[in-house]
Amino acid sequence: MAIEVRIPTILRNYTGGQRSVEGSGSTLNELFADLDGRFDGLRGRLVDESGLRRFVNVYLNDEDVRFLGGLEAPVSDGDTVTVLPAVAGGTN
Amino acid sequence: MLPVMLTISAELKAKILAHASADHPDEACGIIAGPAGSDRPERFIPMLNAERSPTFYRFDSLEQLRVWREMDNRDEEPVVIYHSHTATEAYPSRTDVSYASEPDAHYVLVSTADPERAEFRSFRIVAGTVSEEEVVVQE
Repeated sequence: MAIEVRIPTILRNYTGGQRSVEGSGSTLNELFADLDGRFDGLRGRLVDESGLRRFVNVYLNDEDVRFLGGLEAPVSDGDTVTVLPAVAGGTN
Repeated sequence: MLPVMLTISAELKAKILAHASADHPDEACGIIAGPAGSDRPERFIPMLNAERSPTFYRFDSLEQLRVWREMDNRDEEPVVIYHSHTATEAYPSRTDVSYASEPDAHYVLVSTADPERAEFRSFRIVAGTVSEEEVVVQE
């Protein structure tokens, strides 16, 4: 068993076109570090110095990870992590 | 090669304008889904503006997950992503461009600044570059 990570279209150039990849770790942070070993540059599109980038939404199963501790959210085998681009904008 | 126009039914265009008008002075937002790869907007999905703001919009993250999963299951994609500007022209702002992450989508902007003359325009936003495209409305 592993953790399934679903990748949005905009980031599939980092995964060789795959819609979903598998990784391991005990927290989201460890999971992203594990993925970065195989999919160079992916982590940098999800995370910056201050944590999760505001341009992406990351979900653990059915919850937004921002409500679960962000990068420290615990993950385990059988979980599904979904990444979606945030849809937002403004007048300025 | 991307098509250089948005083809949309008069009914769907009217639904976007009605949503923008109903939420004025807050920004309204949503999508029109269509079969993947078809470039045909078919299924109107108004979204909550989680910011409830006259100057900013953001899809509610949990609603977005639900809608995106549903599109995935139906083999659809967001053909149109729309939002309104309520005090300025219907042209993508710097913030709009920085968030735009669907190179295959038509970004529709509506302005409700002048209720007598609502603006309805469509753009491609690819890698930070905005190109306006023609809007063809079909009865």
